[in-house]
Amino acid sequence: MAEELLKKTFTIFPRNFDKAGENSTEIKTLLKSLNFDPDIIRRLVVVAFEAEMNVVMYANGGEMDFVITDEDIRIDIRDEGPGIPDIQQAMQEGYSTATDEMREMGFGFGMGLPNIKRHSDFLNIESQVGKGTTVSAGIRLNPDA
Amino acid sequence: MKLEEIKQILQCQVLTPEMDLNLEVNTVLASDGMSEILAFHKPGALMITGLTNIQSVRTADVADVRAIVYIRGKLPHEKTVDLARQKKITVLATNLGMFDVCGMLRENGLKGAM
Repeated sequence: MAEELLKKTFTIFPRNFDKAGENSTEIKTLLKSLNFDPDIIRRLVVVAFEAEMNVVMYANGGEMDFVITDEDIRIDIRDEGPGIPDIQQAMQEGYSTATDEMREMGFGFGMGLPNIKRHSDFLNIESQVGKGTTVSAGIRLNPDA
Repeated sequence: MKLEEIKQILQCQVLTPEMDLNLEVNTVLASDGMSEILAFHKPGALMITGLTNIQSVRTADVADVRAIVYIRGKLPHEKTVDLARQKKITVLATNLGMFDVCGMLRENGLKGAM
């Protein structure tokens, strides 16, 4: 069982595009101060940022745990929202249910979940339509272990 | 390529004049879609975009972008430039469109990161 070394919980507010992404940049600052490898930082922060933007855009708010264990660094994110009816379809690059407002913000081109998958070593999505979605994704610190 | 050269080639306005234009960029990320920038991030890249809202700077920060060129004569809000300053990202703006900006930089030797 992995030993949890650090856990920090962030609140994500719906449709607040001005503040959207601030939690993820705070995670970046934290990882930098802990002297993690820059490539690992960039990958984890892309994962956190895309996941955070999804909650801002689609859900009615949520929470994101940033967790460091002796085995991995990851984010566990849970929201209250519409849920994802077909996760496999949502994972396809280019598939999007974004509104014009989201596209005007530069998001909603159908690359959010694919980007999370691309940059993480593990990804688990569970969703209930009409209730919400949980996403856990992160990076293994010792891939050979 | 130095940012100073990019400024000359694209006839850019410099929105963060206090920042060092002697900094180098070696690769380019060009898109109005922020997830495309994040998909192909390379540290120290130049980001070219027509998206001028605050999310463009947050994306640049997440992707460790060194400088942004806003195109098509669009200028970002001052709060967007302020965030870039905080994140030590140089901000330039040009009246040229995406096709010409990319073509001119490619002709001068810069290559894409995607």
